[in-house]
Amino acid sequence: MDKTVNQKAWFLVLPVFLVVAFSAILPLMTVVNYSMQDTFGNNQFFWNGVGWFKELLDPSTDLGSRFFASLWRNLAFSAIILAIEVPLGIVVALSMPRDGWRVAACLVTLALPLLIPWNVVGTIWQIFGRPDIGLLGYVLNNMGIDYNYVSNEFDAWATVIVMDVWHWTSLVALLCYAGLKSIPDAYYQAAQIDGASRWAVFTAIQLPKMNRVLLIAVLLRFMDSFMIYTEPFVVTGGGPGNSTTFVSIELVKIALGQFDLGKAAALSLVYNLIIIIVCWIFYTVMTNVGAERREQKGVA
Amino acid sequence: MARIDLVDLAQSYSGNDADPASFALKPVTMTWRQGGAYALLGPSGCGKTTLLNLISGIVTPSRGKILFDGVDITPLSTQKRNIAQVFQFPVIYDTMTVGQNLAFPLKNRGLPKNEIDARVAEIARLLDLEPFLSRKAMRLTADAKQKISLGRGLVRSDVAAVLFDEPLTVIDPELKWQLRSKLKALHRELDLTMIYVTHDQTEALTFADTVVVMHDGRVVQSGTPAELFDKPAHTFVGYFIGSPGMNIVPAEVRGREARIGGHSIALNRSYALPAGAKVELGVRPEFVDVATPAPGLISANIERIDDLGRVRFARLRVGDVKFAARVPPGFSVSGDVAGLVFDASRVHVYADSLLVEGAA
Repeated sequence: MDKTVNQKAWFLVLPVFLVVAFSAILPLMTVVNYSMQDTFGNNQFFWNGVGWFKELLDPSTDLGSRFFASLWRNLAFSAIILAIEVPLGIVVALSMPRDGWRVAACLVTLALPLLIPWNVVGTIWQIFGRPDIGLLGYVLNNMGIDYNYVSNEFDAWATVIVMDVWHWTSLVALLCYAGLKSIPDAYYQAAQIDGASRWAVFTAIQLPKMNRVLLIAVLLRFMDSFMIYTEPFVVTGGGPGNSTTFVSIELVKIALGQFDLGKAAALSLVYNLIIIIVCWIFYTVMTNVGAERREQKGVA
Repeated sequence: MARIDLVDLAQSYSGNDADPASFALKPVTMTWRQGGAYALLGPSGCGKTTLLNLISGIVTPSRGKILFDGVDITPLSTQKRNIAQVFQFPVIYDTMTVGQNLAFPLKNRGLPKNEIDARVAEIARLLDLEPFLSRKAMRLTADAKQKISLGRGLVRSDVAAVLFDEPLTVIDPELKWQLRSKLKALHRELDLTMIYVTHDQTEALTFADTVVVMHDGRVVQSGTPAELFDKPAHTFVGYFIGSPGMNIVPAEVRGREARIGGHSIALNRSYALPAGAKVELGVRPEFVDVATPAPGLISANIERIDDLGRVRFARLRVGDVKFAARVPPGFSVSGDVAGLVFDASRVHVYADSLLVEGAA
């Protein structure tokens, strides 16, 4: 069958194209423009080609070493919070009630941390952890534990991680709960009849049925933690020293602290590229899982 | 393997104090023979799945007892009851292979590996699942999945009973026949008590030696397919089993004579009926012939003729009541009115929907 060719249809895309052009493409192009130049203020710019990119990706330079240090720090942070939040979220979802008024109570309680603005979360923990007036810091210090997130690297990391776990475990738990709710009762009844232990029910039914929501949870949490800025910035400001300076904090330091627009533009483009690659992997994995499922249905 | 006794068993989902008429299962006492093939037949919502879930322990009865071989197992959990159940929709463990799926119930009970392997191999052979044993169960078609569910139900040799809850709903009609005869063969081979829930009379009548008909939370009759056909104990059974169902006509019965709308029909037996009961005659369409109208015959208005190939049924109206009757071979229907010839030995009398036995 011949398809009707009508090039005028492109005009239908035009409004969206214009919106995207002004909101995303043009700003992005200015960043690309900055990344190729150097400035000493006064709105004077000098052509630098790919110089900033070379410097950024070379760990022996000052810029490169700062970038890679913050990148590894950031990846370590993401790995740690994933290793805590995912299992914890599953445990929370499994221990939630399945029906009755308690469900609503649990859901609302779980959703609370998700509703708090990020800088407020940072402020809450910043105060909570202070040794002089913060409940957590005061209690820990009086128990004989020398806790001070301002001066001790380990304490700073612990505070930032616990804060993220407090803030975001709910999301993993809610997603897992949705996955669990979608399992028909017949599966549990069959497992009872097959004499399955609690652990066998978890590994043979619940975990496999949750794998799709878990994938979403892991990727969402990875992306979010990889882009994290507000909360650690409010609590530790990236310190002590540079110990909690993640990529986005480093970026802001270079762009606004030092006003090195070229370096910052190069860094943000590479940062952006990493995120786009992760998104692409996410998208590919999701569509492949979806396609597999459709194929299965087609056979059935 | 066990004999199952239900003693005054009842279930109400809204508590024991609820109106008895609202019980999902009204009190029932009956025995299921070891090694029997039973079908629980009834329309949706008649309580058959409730009864099944009570036996398997998914639901705890609000009243009464269940005995396996004389031992009260009512308080025991499903795991401890030693029952297998197959559900309406296939339940498979996605991450396991077909073989692991079949082995799962045995593995959970800690059987030695060589016994598990032998049993799984046997069940796979019986269900033609051998080629798939090492495949992931998730990738299979719906009917293969349901076969796995059946296999998991049958794999334990020591179960008290295997319960099937409309297991062939998701299967294509052609495969349905194959699987049903397979189940029947398995029943002979494995000597298990099987209880099969269905709302499809063909399925029930072909599978079971004993069919238990349920209606509105009550067991209305249990018997062989022939008994259900020849002597329905309740008008519902007569109506539900057979196609077309039994004709039920309001009548006055006195002694050996029944009167329908002024016409009288001679009965084979004599009936003494309680006063004030709602009296009806029941007769299967197979035992009423259409004839040329004549004095002494009940006359009926013909609505249409259904030609089923081997046999023709006339759809009629006697007064206000719908009626079906056989059109004898060679008889050609003319006009709108026909006479009805009853086979007196096949006419049953019902008082308040229950069969009344007459005296000779």
